[in-house]
Amino acid sequence: MSTINYGEKIPNNVNLGEDRTLQRALEGWQPNFINWWDDVGPEGSTNHDVYLRTAVSVDPQGWAQFGHVKMRDYRWGIFLNPGDANREIHFGDHKGEKAWQDVPGEHRANLRRIIVTQGDTEPASVEQQRHLGLTAPSMYDLRNLFQINVEEGRHLWAMVYLLQKHFGRDGREEADALLQRTSGDENNPRILGAFNEKTPDWLAFFMFTYFTDRDGKFQLAALAESAFDPLARTTKFMLTEEAHHMFVGESGVSRVIARTAQVMNELKTDDAQKIRAAGCIDLGTIQRYLNFHYSVTIDLFGADQSSNAAIFYSSGLKGRYEEGKRTDDHILKGQTYKVLEVKEGQLVEKDVPMLNALNEVLRDDFIKDSVAGVGRWNKVLEKAGIPTRLVVPHKAFNRQIGALAGIKMSPEGRVVNEIEWAAKRDEWLPSSEDFAFVASLMGRVVEPGKFAGWISPPVMGINRQPVDFEYVRFG
Amino acid sequence: MDMAVEAGVIKQHLIDPEICIRCNTCEAICPVNAITHDDNNYVVRADICNGCMACISPCPTGSIDNWRTMPLVRAYTIEEQLTWEELPAELTPEQLEAAGVSAEAAGDPAAAAPALTQAQAQAAIEPAFNSAQYGATVPPWSAAHAYTNLFPPKTPTTATVVGNFNCTEAGFDSETHHIVLDFGVVPFPVLEGQSIGIVPPGVDAIGKRHHARQYSVASPRNGERPGYNNVSLTVKRVTEDHEGDPVRGVCSNYVCDLKVGDTVHVVGPFGASFLMPNHPKSHIVMICTGTGSAPMRAMTEWRRRLRKSGKFEGGKLMLFFGARTQQELPYFGPLQSLPKDFIDINLAFSRTPGQPKRYVQDLMRERAADLAALLKDGSSHFYVCGLKSMEEGVVLALRDVAKDVGLDWDTVGAALKREGRLHLETY
Ligand SMILES: Cc1cc2nc3c(=O)[nH]c(=O)nc-3n(C[C@H](O)[C@H](O)[C@H](O)COP(=O)(O)OP(=O)(O)OC[C@H]3O[C@@H](n4cnc5c(N)ncnc54)[C@H](O)[C@@H]3O)c2cc1C
Ligand code: SF4
Ligand code: SF4
Repeated sequence: MSTINYGEKIPNNVNLGEDRTLQRALEGWQPNFINWWDDVGPEGSTNHDVYLRTAVSVDPQGWAQFGHVKMRDYRWGIFLNPGDANREIHFGDHKGEKAWQDVPGEHRANLRRIIVTQGDTEPASVEQQRHLGLTAPSMYDLRNLFQINVEEGRHLWAMVYLLQKHFGRDGREEADALLQRTSGDENNPRILGAFNEKTPDWLAFFMFTYFTDRDGKFQLAALAESAFDPLARTTKFMLTEEAHHMFVGESGVSRVIARTAQVMNELKTDDAQKIRAAGCIDLGTIQRYLNFHYSVTIDLFGADQSSNAAIFYSSGLKGRYEEGKRTDDHILKGQTYKVLEVKEGQLVEKDVPMLNALNEVLRDDFIKDSVAGVGRWNKVLEKAGIPTRLVVPHKAFNRQIGALAGIKMSPEGRVVNEIEWAAKRDEWLPSSEDFAFVASLMGRVVEPGKFAGWISPPVMGINRQPVDFEYVRFG
Repeated sequence: MDMAVEAGVIKQHLIDPEICIRCNTCEAICPVNAITHDDNNYVVRADICNGCMACISPCPTGSIDNWRTMPLVRAYTIEEQLTWEELPAELTPEQLEAAGVSAEAAGDPAAAAPALTQAQAQAAIEPAFNSAQYGATVPPWSAAHAYTNLFPPKTPTTATVVGNFNCTEAGFDSETHHIVLDFGVVPFPVLEGQSIGIVPPGVDAIGKRHHARQYSVASPRNGERPGYNNVSLTVKRVTEDHEGDPVRGVCSNYVCDLKVGDTVHVVGPFGASFLMPNHPKSHIVMICTGTGSAPMRAMTEWRRRLRKSGKFEGGKLMLFFGARTQQELPYFGPLQSLPKDFIDINLAFSRTPGQPKRYVQDLMRERAADLAALLKDGSSHFYVCGLKSMEEGVVLALRDVAKDVGLDWDTVGAALKREGRLHLETY
């Protein structure tokens, strides 16, 4: 059951061969996917053999097989976690009923929308990261980028499978549209804002994989609770892949900080200009990048009050993060949650019905998780004896969505006027000069075991290989 | 307590908190639920992990592949691991030797064949008798719900010392204090059997803030003084280390020297399984040495308060309590004044001049007939607390008691574990 059949054109563990119509539909979609990959996937990588991780089954023993593979031959396919025939819905109005194997008619439109929105983010990140292979700071990092790229590609497959299998003709059209939109395209952009932002350099990439892929973790975790069982099983498996993306981000930023701290200690300075002159990214710039990616990412959770969120939860489509571990009634009627709003120039908290605030609940879970990781970055500074600490900005800082959209606010959470915002903006968010500086550091380093001067080597290699292992063989 | 230590050794599976990104992959993937986490760390339960390796390659960071040769009796507890900021170093051969593990038994970790992961090497070392494997990780079915980690290591709360006295006879080397901490209006609900952490002030030798030390709560759920938001602890002043060399324990000395009115930093509460049963027919067998008596005192006192209100006529209480001498036994006086029909007390002293050494497991064997009856009764719950070195002897004694009356220990032991009826807390 859980072993993946690689004999078929589309590797899968869902007995695709038994559903001829679906198989034909997916086989029709596949060439478009490969074209998309060739057009906007990792630039200039076609002939590389990359040390990639592939799943051969979805049980623990089989899902992480390592070997050198050409990316175009990566075995993208359809892998669902093993199911439990007796699984019950464990939250919302249908609590206690059997989980659905098919889409109930009344929830069709909402479920499709959820799946399309999730699916749209996956190819977007590949598009956003397209050019980064040309400026990788090491062969190790290049391999990590490629691993992320192929997995985002597989996540797209996962969502397309659900659309095609369960949503008939609408689903097929939505699946096609996923390949037609392009990140940053003015006429046909990706659905969510953060996925149209540029990922101009590797610091931005690490921040993106730390913060924005963590959004992925929380969204997928909420979907993994879904009453629609195929969605729950699909996203559970995706979560195991998502972990690698967050690892690249967390360890990437951590290594940038470690290198900066090392140079600060060597030069005995905290002067940003001297650190930049030494070819490292000063902590101020790192903080501004952090402010930007954090604030853009928390917008991804949506408006702080949302009747859709309430409907999604009550109807069992999308649960909360770790729903199963929570000890309340899992119905949430009559409960309240605090959200922020600005009243007379002041931030105030107000109680709103919990069900309507579920976006905010998920955002707060995300925030807690992100902050913990920033704490681990700070340990690097602490160990190096450097007093500076990185902090996440206030939740209301630089927001474009919900009640806080457009409010001008300092990172500490003070409401400011337009004049102060304009004057301080470049202290709080990366300036064009910051981008230009970071871009100037981005040269390609791909000799095994060598690293660009602005980043430390990792503490260990991938799959216990040495750090100077030949992770990419250039064809 | 100088119980004989049978040299068992394990390769303990640990996660490197400095590298782990808390992604949850390992917890989601472990087939036997050996992995758990709090807001601070991901950790592996030594008594559940069977080294199956399922978690190793899916972990994106490699932080999961850490193994330490540990004497079984000193395996790191979950609570300890949750407070870590970095992995502890391997024990030195001298430390292992001192703990009764020969270099040979420990294997030479440095020489492990590169093709083998450290985890596979673990499977090769099979301990003779693993007492820890019988310890339950679930509470009894009738236990009250415990709150844990209200104040994690990063955000301790403050409590005020409202009492501190020596509860062993003054003038003896080993001094144990009874300390009462008041939380004022800060919510700090605890149950009998839970522990709290105290953060000693100052920094350690390498300039890092001291980590919190854990102490079992010695008072019942409604407070040392009923109706007050306070807890008591039983803390032994550590003046020599496990090997008997002189040492001044950082936290225990700090706590024993606190004055009424002082404030301390507290983390916790910890522990969600070493909890007492609440149904009126439940029997409790308590086996402890030294400060391991703290949770036993808490449970006994709660039963005593309940009995006063007429609620516990059915369940039996049986206590096996060991110390070197009567003078070193905490709460000796108060224990003597408990009615015989309320609690069946058995004291073992290992260093009474002119008397043969007696350990708790000797007493357990003497009371085999009563213990066997309790082992057969599904309402019996067994609690073991105190120094690590006692654990194995006690569980072996239970096993022998069971065997001698023709019970199949594998069945009985497994049931005790599954039903949350055998709890081991040793340190
Ligand atoms: C779940 C749990 C519950 C606990 N409950 C209690 C309790 O109720 N009362 C209590 O007093 N302690 C209890 N402890 C032990 C306590 O947490 C500390 O280990 C103890 O107080 C020593 O800390 P320290 O800072 O004084 O010594 P450290 O400065 O940490 O250690 C100094 C040296 O003494 C050794 N050492 C540590 N503990 C002991 C010991 N008990 N005997 C001999 N040598 C030792 C250490 O290995 C080290 O070499 C408990 C531990 C755990 C894990
Ligand atoms: S899988 Fe690895 S990185 Fe993730 S939580 Fe477990 S030990 Fe940490
Ligand atoms: S080795 Fe196996 S049993 Fe141990 S933690 Fe990993 S998955 Fe669980």
